[in-house]
Amino acid sequence: MQTKRTVFHSRVLPYFLLAPQLIITLIFFVWPAAQAIWQSFLRQDPFGLKATFVWFANYTRLLDDPDYLNALGATFVFSVGVTVLSMGLSLLFAVCVNRVLRSGRFYTTLLVWPYAVAPAAAGLLWWFMFNPSVGIIPYLLSFLGYEWNHRLHTGDAMVLIIIAAAWKQISYNFLFFVAGLQSVPQSLTEAAAIDGAGPFKRFWTVVFPLLSPTTFFLAVINITYAMFDTFGIVDATTSGGPSQSTNILVYKVYADGFIGLNLGPSAAQSVILMLIVVVLTVVQFRWIERKVQY
Amino acid sequence: MASIDVEGVGKVYSGGVRAVTDIKLNIADGEFIVLVGPSGCGKSTLLRMVAGLETISEGEVKIGSRVVNNVEPADRDIAMVFQNYALYPHMTVYNNLAYGLKNRGTPKAEIDARVAEAARMLEITQYLERKPRALSGGQRQRVAMGRAIVRKPAAFLFDEPLSNLDAKLRVSMRGEIKRLQRRLGTTSIYVTHDQLEAMTLADRLVVLNGGQIEQIGAPLEVYHAPASTFVASFIGSPAMNLVKGELHGDKLAIGPAMVALNGFAPTSGAVTVGVRAEDLRIARDDEEALPFRLEYTEELGAQRLIHGTVGDQQITAAVSPEIALSPDMRIAVDAKRLHFFSIDTGKRLPGHVPAEAKLAPVEPVI
Repeated sequence: MQTKRTVFHSRVLPYFLLAPQLIITLIFFVWPAAQAIWQSFLRQDPFGLKATFVWFANYTRLLDDPDYLNALGATFVFSVGVTVLSMGLSLLFAVCVNRVLRSGRFYTTLLVWPYAVAPAAAGLLWWFMFNPSVGIIPYLLSFLGYEWNHRLHTGDAMVLIIIAAAWKQISYNFLFFVAGLQSVPQSLTEAAAIDGAGPFKRFWTVVFPLLSPTTFFLAVINITYAMFDTFGIVDATTSGGPSQSTNILVYKVYADGFIGLNLGPSAAQSVILMLIVVVLTVVQFRWIERKVQY
Repeated sequence: MASIDVEGVGKVYSGGVRAVTDIKLNIADGEFIVLVGPSGCGKSTLLRMVAGLETISEGEVKIGSRVVNNVEPADRDIAMVFQNYALYPHMTVYNNLAYGLKNRGTPKAEIDARVAEAARMLEITQYLERKPRALSGGQRQRVAMGRAIVRKPAAFLFDEPLSNLDAKLRVSMRGEIKRLQRRLGTTSIYVTHDQLEAMTLADRLVVLNGGQIEQIGAPLEVYHAPASTFVASFIGSPAMNLVKGELHGDKLAIGPAMVALNGFAPTSGAVTVGVRAEDLRIARDDEEALPFRLEYTEELGAQRLIHGTVGDQQITAAVSPEIALSPDMRIAVDAKRLHFFSIDTGKRLPGHVPAEAKLAPVEPVI
């Protein structure tokens, strides 16, 4: 592709123009990340007066810690739950909106709103709705004979944060799915209809395979979201409880580091999280660039 | 194999927009019908109603003896070739061909046999394991045809299948479609905006304009006896010359010039006169003729098109390239090569019909 090439006569000017972005990146991303890596090799004394360099002790200790392994498990359940739930629902919504021609735009606008809600506010919203004493949902569930209490039941707590986190992500997934569906040529579904495929078969054998790049992209985005962007939701609803059941990795970093003031292990945890992001990003770029579909 | 009967079909979209009005068309078993007209004339809508992709607002469509108005596309026993081919991009050519058969629960062995046969017929056997994107435009076109053939449907529906191909490929694919249709003897409806494609493919062509049928007839009939000024200007290239004229008894006045009609005048008064470019010739000195002011020429190789004016009206004539030209010439025409149309309705006035319009089509040797 022919792109416009600009030639700078001064050697300083290009660096000067790049400087704002570079400075922001360095101060707010690179420096903290470097700090975290450095901290993860240190152990602070209880009074914060001196730190000892302990090599990988923080990491080895983490991997022996049952609480940490529990958090890994919870994160896995949580992120898979959020991804499947939010992508499943948004795909359903997108398919419905795609069928409605006239009022599709209206629904799209409505469905995008939740994305603008801050995670903490979303958490609070669900906290109220699911509140065992005053919430509407436990009240309704009690008619079905189910006693909801996410403060006592670990399963309830996990379901609560999954719903709260998935709800926020539906808008984002929905937009991508709608765009994906609209780029599937109508003549393909028509050809499939003439070829004797019913609506469900058409969707699963023709439309869905063509959505696979979108689906794959969203899966990576959603897992990333569930693992790293859900601190506010957990903090506002369950705070990692009951009995550590919703203590997902990103929340545990906060709990250990800022509440427990155990900086070294907390830094080690965030470095592990950082590595997971790196892996996810690499996976995404490798596959998205190559276009998985056909 | 089946006939298709379209009985008074109309289409009104939900916004109240009328696309097609009162179409009556009886297609015999094995016939190749071409729907032709400018964009927006309703030809695709009509085809899609036959396919079942659009609901039928008025009238009924029969395939064979069965009314199919409320029959799903899959159950109408038709196959369609789309303009953009609509190949399933994630499936191999084999699976593209087999998809319709699989959906109908055809046994695997038969699917294999039918796909192999269609692939052989279309010479795409070596591409069966490829995905559509690894094929050229012409090969994709063949796969799309193959997908229609394997199903052995009662009718083929073609929706401008060649318009995405380059000119040369279009001509060769046109020939192949015709050959294939003759060989299989399957009733076919073919939609195109290209009058040349329509002329060359059709057993009968249906000229549509504004959602209504202007004329149904064999290609030569439509060419030599167009039913209206619309058909006259749409079919044939260059388009038929249409000029204003006035009939005085047995004489036709075009601008300042008079032409003797030798008994071919159908009426009197103002008319629209049509004449094909190839029916005009440079006049001999001793005959009655029209004064022609040459404006520019176009070379077609075998012919030369000369564009100019008679009085203040545009005229195009096709002459042999050997004939010497001058800025001011006189052109003549045989009275029986003139077409007369009503100046109000544009309809053909009853009268002389050229003998060529009744020529029987040449039956192909297969």
